[in-house]
Amino acid sequence: MPSPLRLCVRRSQVADARGSGTLVTLRLPSEVECIEEAVELVTRHCLAGHDTTRTTRFRLQVVLSEALSNAIVRGNREDREKWVDVRAELGPDAIRLEVTDEGPGFDPGAVPEPIQPEQLDEANGRGLYLIRKLVDAVEFNERGNSICMTLRRP
Amino acid sequence: MALHQTKDASGVAVVQVEGQLIVGNRQELKDLVQAALDRGERRMLIDFSRTGYIDSSGLGALVSLSKRIREAGGELRLSGLNEDLRSLFELTKLDTLFAIAETPQQALASF
Repeated sequence: MPSPLRLCVRRSQVADARGSGTLVTLRLPSEVECIEEAVELVTRHCLAGHDTTRTTRFRLQVVLSEALSNAIVRGNREDREKWVDVRAELGPDAIRLEVTDEGPGFDPGAVPEPIQPEQLDEANGRGLYLIRKLVDAVEFNERGNSICMTLRRP
Repeated sequence: MALHQTKDASGVAVVQVEGQLIVGNRQELKDLVQAALDRGERRMLIDFSRTGYIDSSGLGALVSLSKRIREAGGELRLSGLNEDLRSLFELTKLDTLFAIAETPQQALASF
């Protein structure tokens, strides 16, 4: 049985005059079996109370799943002593998602684009590329263990 | 995720993926298709009409299976991708690697 997820939702004032928003945080163990439930929980909160499109929901689900998978498998190396933190700022115009692991971090600039013909038969290496294609902005912290993804609401 | 396996009248092994195909469950699909290969099945269709989303690990599992089936002298077709799912294949250029049909019926007719 996977470990339980720790979800916290609270209303907060966003500091930079983007208006009031909701802050959702979720802490999950480094177990890939937890990803689907975590994605559903965060997605539900991200979209609650807003008109949305099927494509926005889909993109949110895919990029969250990717970021959590990277954090659990590559960042924390599935070490059950380590956690992954999700922080979602839900503003009126955009959703800002931060996923942080306890790993050493990586250099996102060193990850090649996996779309050359000779790379098509490769089983790995498409996660970050997909994230970059599906959201409006992607940033990393200096250490490279925290990704921040911004999706504008439709 | 739930996988439903059937065989059509012409002998094609059909696997329907219900739910999400992601890092936590892709091995189930790989095991199911490998078992079919071990039984001697060579023509396979994976249908996504009832799939929510796929992550890059799920795409990677499909790439591995495609390679295995090809190396065994078999054929793999995909079907039932909605616009969003199809966009993942297009963004990653995997639409050039797989034979993709709109519906399972069209895919089966193309074998």
